[in-house]
Amino acid sequence: MIKYLKKRIIAYIFLISVSAVMLYPLLWLLGASFKSNEEIFSSVGIIPKSFDFSVFKAAWQTVTPYTMGHYFLNTFKIILPKTVFAVISSVLVAYGFSRFDFPFKKLFKALLLTSMLMPSIVTIMPMFLMWSKMQLLDTYIPLTIPALFAAEGMFVFILIRFFDAVPKEFDEAARIDGCGSLKTLVFILVPSIKPAIISIAVFTFLWTMNDFLNPLIMIQSVEKYPLSLALRLSVDSTGQSYEQRKIIALSVIGLIPSITVFAIAQKKFVGGIATGGLTG
Amino acid sequence: MKKRTYRNPVGVSRFTGLLLISPFIAGFLIFTLYPFVCSFVLGLTDYNGNTTPEFTGFENYINLIKSEDFRNAVKVTLKYAVILVPAKLIFSLFTAVILSLEIKGMGFFRTAFYIPSILGANLSVVIMWQYLFTSKGLVNQFLELIGASPVSWYGSPDKAIFIIILLRLWEFGSTMIIFLTSLKNIPKELYDAAKVDGCGSIRAFFSITLPQLRGVIFVNLILQIISAFQEFNAPYMITSGGPLKSTYTLGMLIYDEMFRYNEIGAANAVSWLLFMIIAAAVAVMYIVSGWIKRRDEK
Repeated sequence: MIKYLKKRIIAYIFLISVSAVMLYPLLWLLGASFKSNEEIFSSVGIIPKSFDFSVFKAAWQTVTPYTMGHYFLNTFKIILPKTVFAVISSVLVAYGFSRFDFPFKKLFKALLLTSMLMPSIVTIMPMFLMWSKMQLLDTYIPLTIPALFAAEGMFVFILIRFFDAVPKEFDEAARIDGCGSLKTLVFILVPSIKPAIISIAVFTFLWTMNDFLNPLIMIQSVEKYPLSLALRLSVDSTGQSYEQRKIIALSVIGLIPSITVFAIAQKKFVGGIATGGLTG
Repeated sequence: MKKRTYRNPVGVSRFTGLLLISPFIAGFLIFTLYPFVCSFVLGLTDYNGNTTPEFTGFENYINLIKSEDFRNAVKVTLKYAVILVPAKLIFSLFTAVILSLEIKGMGFFRTAFYIPSILGANLSVVIMWQYLFTSKGLVNQFLELIGASPVSWYGSPDKAIFIIILLRLWEFGSTMIIFLTSLKNIPKELYDAAKVDGCGSIRAFFSITLPQLRGVIFVNLILQIISAFQEFNAPYMITSGGPLKSTYTLGMLIYDEMFRYNEIGAANAVSWLLFMIIAAAVAVMYIVSGWIKRRDEK
């Protein structure tokens, strides 16, 4: 019994210290946004001496002619179509793989796996040249259109797992009632795989929020920058007169959408990847 | 050859499935196969974006292998991956095993561990990380608190890479969650039987847990290898590849060749070499895991 307790205590000490390392930097960032420049580099505490919200107002104005609101809007102009495209295309493709038999099915499934393993850094330069030839650089098309083509193989695999878990009798009953393939999908199957669809939408949201390399390469005019590029621009201009604490405040602002979405979807979402398994 | 029959519901043709997966087929051709082939072809040319590409055979590759920058980038990237990938996997697995004991507050810990990996690639976090390691940043302030001497993270070529390694380690959550899910799927009876046989928990870990997780360890390993070899954001933002190019990864070299020096041919040659390195690493892992599987089954 004592040995068992000892083990427990060590386990908790370990878990609590890891959580501290995980969360402390984020909390520090939040606290630091209220601190003065000197205080940022002189205390390890989270809670600032005084709360000064004016820095957020100043940071919101950014160093560019546009406010952060403008960059948020730009980001959502990318995220919204991308999420809709990704969900629709991945659901259709996964439905095809899970419920139908067709020529070269095994080959296509293997290709799906291969596309997941293809490092994006190998393909991104030719893609840049392709979009530039089509004169579509500096638009959101290179960032959103690939999602129409089930570009994330992982999403398709998660969905296939969920489709496979729905009994085939459901489809058969629907067919007897006169539903075609598409109607069966929309009315019978989609409601049963909702958690997976939510996971995909949330992942697309978070990954697009995080994406840096793609916009860096494809978007040139400041007016069209998404949040990540606007942040980089502010950092790059720190050297002149931009204060550290403004950058920190900007970073905090930049994290708000992701944290909000994660908090709302947290339960379903972690459950979704858990069931989807990602496992081979 | 025997004609294949397609098992589909009555009235559904064998082309319905093909139609449904057609977005993927088109996407694979346009966004995977085309750039892949294109990258190889461009790698064999001298091309700066304005002139027509001039075929030069393997000249780009030969020049790269001779160049100091490329060899350094390979060294940096390999060092980074060789330290990061095993460290991340072992730490994730260890934490997952502890979390899989019946722990109170499991939901809290799981979320706390998962948040950094969700936000990790966000530029805000990258900027935060940059501040943490400045000479008077949080990390050095903590070191001073516990009586250690502060480290000049950005000043020394052998320490700068650890800023990035630590950032990616901090994001171990998604890897850990995948382990955690698989751990829960291991039948409890296996452990009960082992206990009856007088097997301790450390032995049980090596003779039950590890073999049962073989598949998922392999998946995580591959995913981590691929992302480690592609590292770009963090060195680009945090260290700009410095000091003395000690964090100058292959990803950064590709970007610089392309956008700084306008050497599109060379950029694609580096992409292809990087692809070959990743493919070789994956192949080695595949062979080793097959070998371990056969040995275990004996």
